[in-house]
Amino acid sequence: MSTRMVTFTLDGHLYGVDVEAVQEVLRGQARTRIPLSPVTLAGLINLRGQVLSAIDLRALLELPDRDGDTEPMLVVIRVAGEPVALMVDTIGSVVDVDDDQFEPPPDTLVGVSRDLLLGAYKLEDRLLLALDVDRAVAA
Amino acid sequence: MEEIDEIVQEFLVESHENLDQLDRDLVALEREPGSRDLLGSIFRTIHTIKGTSGFLAFGSLESVTHVGENLLARLRDGKMSMTPQTTDVLLAMVDKVRELLAVIEDCGTEGDIDVTAVVERITAVLDGTAAQAAPTPIAELLPDPEPEDEPQAAVEPEPEPEHEHEPTPVAAPAKATEPAEEVSTRRNVADSSIRVDVELLDALMRLVGELVLTRNQIVRQAGDQDDLDLTRSAQRLNLIATELQEGVMKTRMQPIDHLWSKLPRVVRDLGAACGKTVSLAMVGRETELDRSLLESVKDPLTHLVRNAVDHGLETPEGRVAAGKPAEGVLTLRAYHEGGQVVVEVCDDGAGIDADRIAEKALASGLRTTAQLAQMSPADILQLIFLPGFSTAQAVTNVSGRGVGMDVVKTNIEAIGGTIEVESVVGRGTTCRLRIPLTLAIVPALTVECAGDRYAIPQVSLLELVALDADRAATAVEDVNGASVYRLRGALLPLVRLTDVLGVESDRSDGHVLIAVLQAEGKRFGLVIDRVLSTEEIVVKPLTSRLKSLGTYSGATILGDGRVALILDVQALARRALTAEALERGAVGTAAEEQKATSEHLRMLVAGIGGGRRVAIPLSSVTRLENIAASTVEVVGSREVVQYRGAILPLLRLDRHLGAISERAGDDLVVVVYSAGSRSVAIVVDEIIDIVDEETDVHSDIDDHGLVGSTLIRDRIVEVLDVRAAILAADPKFYSDPDVEIDLRGELQEAV
Repeated sequence: MSTRMVTFTLDGHLYGVDVEAVQEVLRGQARTRIPLSPVTLAGLINLRGQVLSAIDLRALLELPDRDGDTEPMLVVIRVAGEPVALMVDTIGSVVDVDDDQFEPPPDTLVGVSRDLLLGAYKLEDRLLLALDVDRAVAA
Repeated sequence: MEEIDEIVQEFLVESHENLDQLDRDLVALEREPGSRDLLGSIFRTIHTIKGTSGFLAFGSLESVTHVGENLLARLRDGKMSMTPQTTDVLLAMVDKVRELLAVIEDCGTEGDIDVTAVVERITAVLDGTAAQAAPTPIAELLPDPEPEDEPQAAVEPEPEPEHEHEPTPVAAPAKATEPAEEVSTRRNVADSSIRVDVELLDALMRLVGELVLTRNQIVRQAGDQDDLDLTRSAQRLNLIATELQEGVMKTRMQPIDHLWSKLPRVVRDLGAACGKTVSLAMVGRETELDRSLLESVKDPLTHLVRNAVDHGLETPEGRVAAGKPAEGVLTLRAYHEGGQVVVEVCDDGAGIDADRIAEKALASGLRTTAQLAQMSPADILQLIFLPGFSTAQAVTNVSGRGVGMDVVKTNIEAIGGTIEVESVVGRGTTCRLRIPLTLAIVPALTVECAGDRYAIPQVSLLELVALDADRAATAVEDVNGASVYRLRGALLPLVRLTDVLGVESDRSDGHVLIAVLQAEGKRFGLVIDRVLSTEEIVVKPLTSRLKSLGTYSGATILGDGRVALILDVQALARRALTAEALERGAVGTAAEEQKATSEHLRMLVAGIGGGRRVAIPLSSVTRLENIAASTVEVVGSREVVQYRGAILPLLRLDRHLGAISERAGDDLVVVVYSAGSRSVAIVVDEIIDIVDEETDVHSDIDDHGLVGSTLIRDRIVEVLDVRAAILAADPKFYSDPDVEIDLRGELQEAV
C-alpha cells in the first residue's frame, strides 16, 4: 500500500499529511489574531468568505518560534468536513510513500509530538514525519 | 391561496407531481398493456391520493379514487386485463381527479363537482368484467355502489369548511365547469412552488453575505473618487444587493405559525390537566422569521405558554368569583416592529403582584429590602427572570420548580433577543419577546482596539461618548483600570477592552472613547481605541473552542476582506461586571457578587484634608457630585442640602473624623450614599481614586469613626465606618433592619 503525502517543513524537519485531507495551499493571508485564545491558534483567516482557524504547528509541536521575517504558509486541510488552516514554514512537494517505509515513533519520543505524530516514513535521505491531522486539529 | 391549509397545500403539490407521473405511465401503458410495473405505479399513485383525500375529508375525491383503485388492483393482480374501455375509464378518472384538485386549490373545498358519472362508469367496468373474470369478489364489491350516493352526501356538508377558507361558493361551480381555462390563467400550486434544499439556501445566503461585503467595499471606494458614473453604479449595486439580500433572507423565512400550530394541543391538554378551560387566540400567525431562529424560539415560547396556562390563568371558579368569564383567554400575538419580531404571550388571568414578587425575592435572598425599595414595580416584575425564582404556590408537574423563566431569558438572549413582562393585577400578564429577524446579518459598530478591529452588535449599543484628553482627565474618574464615568450624573462603570482582551492599547493621546452598552440589564461603558463605522455584518460561526473563550460570539469579514471578531457583549458584561461599580438600579447583584469576590471589593478613596485618606466601599455610592456650598442649609443642628427634589442630610467627613478640610472654594465634593429610599451626602475634600481593595494588610489601629486602616498603593488609607458616619448624619438611616444586615456584611468584607 502506498500513500500520497503533501510535505512541508517546520524548523528544518520534514512533515507530511495525507494528500486526501489537503484542500489547498495558501500564502500571504492576512490573519486576525484572537486575544485570549491558546497560543496554538495563530488567528482567523478569510478563505473566500469562510472564516478558518489557523493552527500554528510550531507552537503545537513545541518547536521554537519562527523568525520574524519568514512568511509562513498555510495548508488548508479538511477534518470531518470542516476546513482548518495549518501554519507551516515552507511547502515541499507531493511524494508517494510505501507502507514498508513506515515506522511508528521511536520509544524515546515523548511529549506532545508523540501524540501528534503517527510515525515516520524513511525516505532515502531524510525522515518524513506523518502528522496525525485529527489530533492536531483537536489539540 | 393563503387560506388553504398547509397540509392541503402540500397534498396539492404532491398530487400534481403524482398526476404528471400518472400521465406518463398511462401513455406508456397504452404501448405495453399489462405491464405490471406500470400498473403498480399507477395503483400506488391513486392509492396515495385516495388515502390523503380520505384523511383530509375530500369525500368526492376519495370515492372516485376508491373505485379507481379497485379497478387498478384487479388489473395489477391480473384478475382483469387492459381493454380500451378500461383505459378510457382510467383516463376519465384521472381527469376527474385533476378537476377536483383544481377546485380544491381554488377554494379549498371540492365545490360541487359531480363525480357520480365517473364512479358509475368505473363500477360498471368493474361489475361487467369482474363477474366473468373473478366471480368471488362480487360480494366484496357490493358495498362499492354506495360511494355513488356518497358524493352527494359528501358534497353537502362541504360548505362548512368553505367558511374557513375562501368564501366564493358562487364562483366555484363556474370554475368547476371550465377548469382548464381557469388553470391557464394563473399558475397552480405545483407550478408556483418548488422544493429547495436548505443547504442550497444556506449557500445562497453565504454568497449574498459575500456580496454585501463586496458592495460595502465598492461603495466605500467609490465614495473616495470623483467618478460620477462609478458612484452611480455603486449606488445601483447598493440597491440591488440590498434587495437581493432581502429576497434571499425571505427564502429562509417561515411563518411563526409553524411553531404556533403545535400550541393549541399543548394548551388544551394542559388546561385539562390543570382543570382550566382556555381558549387560545393567535394574531399575526403569518409573521415570518428566519428558520434558524424559529427553532431557537420554540422552547422558550412553549415554556411561556405553559406558564401562562399553569400560573397565569385562574381556575374557572376563581375567574367567576372575580367577575370574569369562566373560560380564560390566552392570546399569542406576533408582529414586526423596528427590524425585530415581537412575540407576545398574553393571558387575562390574575396578573402578577409586584409586591408578592418583591416578598419572594426577599425571602429567597435574591434582593435586599434596600435594593427593592429602589426599584419600580415594573422593574420588580422582571425579577421573575432571575435564576432560582418561582412564585408557584405549589410545585406542579408542569412548572414551578424555580427553573424556567431564567432559562427562557438565557435562550432568548442567546439569539440576541430580549424578554420583558408586563402585568396588571386582576387583568392579566403579557410576556413580550423581541427577536431579531435573522441571525445571519446584523447591524454592528466596528471599533478598533490595539490595532485590531472588532464588531459590536448594535442591539447592545446605547450610545457613544467621545472625550478629548482634557475632558477625559476630569470626566473619567479613572485610576488603576477601575474607572467610572459620570454619564448625565449617574456612575457608569467603565471596562477597558484592552484589559479584557489582555492587549496593549496603541492610543496614547489620552482621548477616551466609550461605547455605552447594555447587556443582562446592566449598563456599562466599554473603552475602545477608535470607532470606525457602522455596517451590516454577516455573522460567521466560530468553532466551539473559540466560543468557549466567552468573549466572542462570532466572526465576520470586513470590507477589506480581513476577519474581525464579534464581541459577545453579554459574556463581557457577565465577566467584567462581577465586581464593577454598578449603576443605580443594577446595584442589585453587587452585594452578592462582592461576597464571591471579596478580595476585589471596590473602594472609593477620598482625601479629607491633612493628607488623610479615607476609603469608602463603592457599592452603596450612587453618585459623585459637586454642589455649590451656598446650597447648604441648616435644619435644626444639622446641615442639609436639596438634591433632586429630596432633602439630603450632609456629613462633613473631615469634621466627623477630626481632620481639617483644606479645600478652598465655593463648591463641595459630595459622595451620595444610598440605601433604600434614604440617602446621605458625605462631603470630602477630593475624590482621589477608586481601587480594587485586594490587600490583606489591615491594621486594627482605629479611631473614632473608623473600622481600621489598610495599605492602598503604599499609602495608609483609613477605612471609614460607614455605619457610624451615616448615623451621625441621619440617625434614622438604618431603621430598616434589612439594610443594617446588608451593610454589616458589606463592612465585614471591607475590613
